[in-house]
This record gives sequence, structure tokens and C-alpha cells, in this order.
Amino acid sequence: MPSGRPSAALIACCCLASLLVLLPLCVTAASAAGAGFSLAVTLLWRPLVGELLENTLLLIACTAMTCALIGTASAWAVERTDLPGRRLFAVLAVVPLAIPPFITSYAWVSLNPSLADFSGALLVVTVSYYPLVYLPVAAALREMDPALEETARALGNSAWSVFLRVILPQLRPALLGGMLLVALDTLVEFGAFALLRFRTFTTAIYSAYRAGFSGAEPALLSMILVILCTLCLAAEYFVRGRARYGRLARGTRRAAIRHFIGAWRFPAAIAFGAWALLTIGVPLGMIVYWLLQPGDAATAPVAASLPAVAQAAWSSVYLGAGGAALTLALALPLGILAARHQGWLVNLLERAAYLAQSIPGIVVALALVSLTVHSIRPLYQSAFLLLIAYSIVFLPLALVSVRSAMMQAQPVLEETGKSLGLGRIAVFLRVTLPLAAPGMGAAAALVFISITTELTATLLLAPIGTQTLATQVWADTSTLAFAAAAPYAAVMAAISMAASWLLAHRFGAASIYAPVTVV
Amino acid sequence: MPVTTKPFCFAAILAATFGTASFAQAQSQTLTLYSAQHEQVVDMLTAEFTQETGIKVLVHTGEGPDVANQILQEGVDSPADVFFTENSPELNLLDEKSLLAPVSPATLAEIPAKYNAADGDWLGILARENVLDYNPSLIPETALPASLLDLAKPQWAGKLGIAPSDSDFLPLVSAVIKQYGKAAALAWLQGLKANSKIYQDDESVVAAVARGDVAVGIVNNYYWARLYTDLGPAKIDSKLYHFPHGDIGGLVNISGAAVLKSSHNQAEAQKFLAFLVTPKAQTLLGQSEVDFEYPLRPGIPPNKLLKPFKDLQPPAIAAAALGDDQDAGTLLQQAGLI
Repeated sequence: MPSGRPSAALIACCCLASLLVLLPLCVTAASAAGAGFSLAVTLLWRPLVGELLENTLLLIACTAMTCALIGTASAWAVERTDLPGRRLFAVLAVVPLAIPPFITSYAWVSLNPSLADFSGALLVVTVSYYPLVYLPVAAALREMDPALEETARALGNSAWSVFLRVILPQLRPALLGGMLLVALDTLVEFGAFALLRFRTFTTAIYSAYRAGFSGAEPALLSMILVILCTLCLAAEYFVRGRARYGRLARGTRRAAIRHFIGAWRFPAAIAFGAWALLTIGVPLGMIVYWLLQPGDAATAPVAASLPAVAQAAWSSVYLGAGGAALTLALALPLGILAARHQGWLVNLLERAAYLAQSIPGIVVALALVSLTVHSIRPLYQSAFLLLIAYSIVFLPLALVSVRSAMMQAQPVLEETGKSLGLGRIAVFLRVTLPLAAPGMGAAAALVFISITTELTATLLLAPIGTQTLATQVWADTSTLAFAAAAPYAAVMAAISMAASWLLAHRFGAASIYAPVTVV
Repeated sequence: MPVTTKPFCFAAILAATFGTASFAQAQSQTLTLYSAQHEQVVDMLTAEFTQETGIKVLVHTGEGPDVANQILQEGVDSPADVFFTENSPELNLLDEKSLLAPVSPATLAEIPAKYNAADGDWLGILARENVLDYNPSLIPETALPASLLDLAKPQWAGKLGIAPSDSDFLPLVSAVIKQYGKAAALAWLQGLKANSKIYQDDESVVAAVARGDVAVGIVNNYYWARLYTDLGPAKIDSKLYHFPHGDIGGLVNISGAAVLKSSHNQAEAQKFLAFLVTPKAQTLLGQSEVDFEYPLRPGIPPNKLLKPFKDLQPPAIAAAALGDDQDAGTLLQQAGLI
């Protein structure tokens, strides 16, 4: 990789992007510090905070475990057995990622209103996030060298012992990485828990905001949440960075061994069918069920009419497109810098951008509200501020794809372009950009999907008079007006699933989720 | 990897175009309403107002406390022209900070004076009653408490549902503080914390009582009537109990509106307030199937599901005397409820 000095303009653009990401963190820290020591102690050392910590940590531990068990077991069955319908299941296992968790939550709560608290939260998070374990584990199982397993068998290990002593250790990076992603996503999830009335830090921050707009209390709670997220992110970085199992032999590797599970094939297939019903059938089925029920004006804050749904869909789409464009514009210089240059400054800027992963949307939104209401009034309540919030929250998502896209655009081709007399800008436009475009398209699509299903930042920052699909679903479901919410939920799920399908179709299933990897 | 990228580039350019074209709002003849009333009620009223006057209304919706604090933080540059909320303490808060303009005397005169701000800076529009929602198959009416304070006693453990983070709960706590003092109010809240299942909002509490999760729930009458209308008489297994003899539990909350001093559309804002208490708007509120509050204009009957207003036995606390809810918030925190 050529490592000439990056131009000052590139560094400046990257600094701008990284500082923008750090801005909400600084604002939150400043307003938390503004509380002063004694107020901070009173606000943090109270029963509610203990309850929140207990709720949050217990839920993270349990969901990471359930997702690990179900994700690994299903990945093993799909990749390593002769389970009937395994190809179909490999596709079905990815679908939950395209259904926003608060839609899944809406489906379950409306199916059984007494489903709430811990059990409900565990169920919803598990069915929504298990693919985050399934996908990396399945990929690791696929790429494993069968020679090791065969050697272990030849040395007298039983199949079970081979799994525990040979396969599982090799799965560790993928498995732990997946579990930490589940933990991180659980920490930042808001809508699903609010509907289930399960109190976590995000819902408490929202309540604190509801009780007093912005101030020390939500900022202090936000800081705790950011610390928890940063711990997850650091652990994820550690797990991915250190634990690597390399294969030294070059040569072509055979496909992994498949076990013939005989009579278990059919019970296993039925179990998989039931699981697909739980993870996909219930969310989509409940939306369809509620679409067919008459809505009642009395309970529905937002009545569903065709123009209203179209209006909300349009808002979601244009915010998604605008947000994706802005995010990509921020990610592009960082991606170029990370792919083409090295050094401490490059690492610093790139990692600062990835830190955004540990700043939940609600914290970003709250920070931007309090910053603009006091200091930058022209941006306050503007659509542009919402786009900025999106681009901060989803910058890491875009950066992963943009960076690898830039890696694929080989510098040697750029140099050839230069040697043939093209200027720097012409090389970028005519060589680099066309080569990197597929990856950038994937990044844009990923950010677009994430924005159309985003709830918290939209809820806090949507300009007066702007309603999106997500905010309409939220308004209706929070008053239990399930039938009125259904058309909005259906359109949102349709947009998300269609865009995900396009993405997966072009770039492979793994492209619809982007585990953050700081290299 | 295939390199056909035109659609994505095109999408990105489109995105950039729409993204930067942030919406410029037409300023002429447009009111900005900050609302903490139910959206369906506000939609109904603003649609009628726009039809009558041609003035468009942009609505920003939130919960009472956050919208009030938002206006506080926005200060003199607040985009809000009118604030319309479910509970009067939020109006008191803004009044204390001198952010409200006086309501036109002619408008104030339409509503009995005890339901308006003492200094005439906000206008009462609707009233709602605090009640105990109960499930008759879990508890007989004869076993219901004489006073709201009884619900903190140990025999109610596990039977009670509350929504302390709902903005309707704050005025009730303020009223208990006003009547019995802070120490007694805190002890009462700690008792509730020990006895209750906690729900996010009043909607969830009435739903929980109706399906039998808890035997009784503290809510505003509005929510029960709404659920009743939604489910129909055959499907709802809950009833309302009105705390008798002026008990604090029968508190009547005032939903009111005010014009912001910082508004650049004073005339239109006053016009909107005047509209809210016209016989037409008040009748619309009383007859509609989306609002279940008592219209405060004399002689306008409420929704037929509601107990007649004159038969209520509320405690003798004026809305203006409830204060601004700040102490209530602190006590709820101390009791571990929020």
C-alpha cells in the first residue's frame, strides 16, 4: 500500500468528520459535568439507576447467551448437517435483520398484551438479533479446514468432543464478536423496550427527557450508557483483533464435513420451521392481521389514511436518502485516508469515527437538541440537523463498506491514470470512484435502511410538522392503537425488506449487517 | 464483483438534492402550536379552526413537562405561538417565568374564573377527573378504598397499577403535597412503590386492569372511556370508581392553553384561544368520540360516558394552587418511582 503523505485537504475533511462524531459526546459530558458533584450523586445514586443497571446487565447477559446458543446451533445445523431445507433456512435466518426490533416488539405485544417486562424483552431481542451470531458463525463454519476435525476424529475423539475441542475454539472470535454485537445493539435499543414497558437506560433517558426536556439528568444517564457501550465496543475490538486462527497451508481447502443426522432430520426441520414462524411469521403475520382490523379513532393518535401513509413514507424516504448522502460524504474522506495511508493520525481519526458506535441515537439526538437550542438556533428543529444526527449515528456503518471499497480500487490503476496525463480530480472521478462505487452503493443502501427504521433520533429531532413512518408507528403503538399503526408498520417493513433484499442479492447475505472492525 | 453502479450514483445525487432542500415553512397566516394534548383531539380542533379562519396550524406534540421545559429553554426565540396542554401545572411553570402573554379578557370571560389562571395568563379549556379504575371480577366495589392515600397500605400489595412517568401523575402528587405536606406525600409514594406494578402510561394501566393484570389502577377518567369506546361494552371488564367526599383522589385536572409572550402572531394566537372556548369548539369536544373530557364552557354537555360534572366531588384545590410540579418530580425520584 503506498503511504505517501495525505493531502492537507483530506486530513481536514477527516478531522471535520471525526470531530462531528465526537461532538455529541462532548456536549453530553459537559452537561453531565454541569450538574456538579452533589446533584450528580443524588441523581445517580438512587434506586432507579440500580434497577436500570440490573435490568440492562441481566438482559444483555441473557440475550447474548440465548443468541449464542440459537445462533450457533442453527448455523451448525445449516452448514454441517443434511438438514432438509437448509438452503431456505440460510436465507430465512437473515430476514429478522431487515425487520426493526420495535416492529417485532409491536407484533408480540399486540399478540399478547401481558407479554412485558423481562421475558418479553428477552424474547423480542433474541428473535431480532440472533442473526448477528448466526451470520459470522455460519461463515466461520463454512471456511473451517476439515483436516483438523478429521485428525481429531482419527485420534479417537467422539463427534461431540470434536465440536467442543476443535470446532468451538475456532469459532470463538466469530461467536464472541457476534455476542458483543448483540449486547451493543441491546444497549442502544429503545422502541422495542418502551413498548414492552421494560426499563433500560434508553427508556429512562427518554423519560428524563420527557420530564424536563434536556438537562443534567438525561445527560448523566447517557454517560453511563455510553460507558457501557464503549466497554462492549472495546471488548469486541479486543476479541476480533487478537483472536485469529490462521491457516498456513496455501492450497485449496475442501468443503467442510457434513454430518448425516438420520432420523433427527425431520424433528430438526420442524423445529427450524417453528423458529422461522416465531422470528418472521409473527412480526409479518401480526402486521397483516392488524391491517385487516378496523381502526378506531378513539385510541389512535394518528389515523391511517392513504395520504397520511404516503406522506409519512415520503418523509422516511427523503430523510433516508438525504441522510445516506450526507453520511457517505463524511465517510468517503475517512475511507480514503484509512485505505491509502498509515500512521498515528490516520488511526486516531478512524477510531474516533468508529467510536460513534458506542453513542446511542437517543444520546446523539439529546446532545444536538441542547446544543442547538442554546447555541446554534438556525439549525434547531431543522431537517438538516436530523440528517446530521443520522450521519453521526451511522457513520461507522458506512465507513466499514467505504473503506473496503477503497481497498478494492487498486492504487496502481490510479497511478496508471496519472501517468496517462489525468489530473488528480479526473483520476478520482474516472478511476477511483467507478471502482469503489459498488461498495459505496452498498454503504448508501445500508445507511438508507437504517435511517428509514430509525426511531429515537427521529422522534427527538424531526422538524415540526414532519412525520415519518417510524414516528407514526410509535405514536399509535404507544397508545396501544395497533390497527392504526399497521399500515405505517407494513410500509416500513416493506421498504426495509425490499432494500435489504436488493443489497443481499447483489452483495451477499453478510452485507446487510456490518460488524465494526477496527484494523 | 460486478461493476454496474449507475443506479447507486444516481440515488446518491438524488439524495443530496433532497437532503439539502430543507423545508422552508411559509410564515404567513401560520400558527405554531406546541401541544401536549392528545393528537386526535388537537387534529380535530385545528382542522376546524383552519376551515373557519384560513390560518394554518403547525403542531409539535410531546408530553406536558417536556414541551413546557422545551419552551423554557427556547426562551424568547421560541417558535411556539400557543401552548396547549393536559395539565395546568405546566402552564403555571411558564407563567412563573413570565413567558406567557395575558389572555384576552373577552376569552377569559367565557370560562368560570376558577378554571383559569388567577392572573389571567392562561385559559382553562377542558377538565378531567382522577379516578380509580377497577376490575369487578378481581375486587368487589365494596372493598375499594375511601381515600387515595389508603392505596399505600400493605393490603394493596400487588393489586395496584400506576404510571408514575405519565404526565398525568405529577399533578396528583402535587395535590397530595399541597394537602398533606411533603413528608406524608413521600411516605405515600413509597407505599405505592411497594404495592404497585409500574406501567409506562395511563393507556397501559387501563389496559392492564381490563385484562386482569392488576385489580385497580390510578388513572384519569379519559383513558377508561377511550378504552371502553375502543373495545365496546361486551369486551371490557373494568369500571370506574370515583373517590367520594372531596378526597384528594378525586382531583380535577384542568387542560388549558396560553399564548406565548414571544409569539410574533399575537392576534392569530388569541384568535385560536378564543376559538377553543366557542360553543362550536366546545360542543365538538363534548360530542366527539375522540375526547372524553369535560368542556369547561358552562352549559356544554360532555360525552355521555362521563359522570355529570356537577355530580363530581373534587377536593377543594384550585388548579392555579397546584403549583408547577417541581416538588412532585423530586419526590417521585426520591421514592424510586422515576
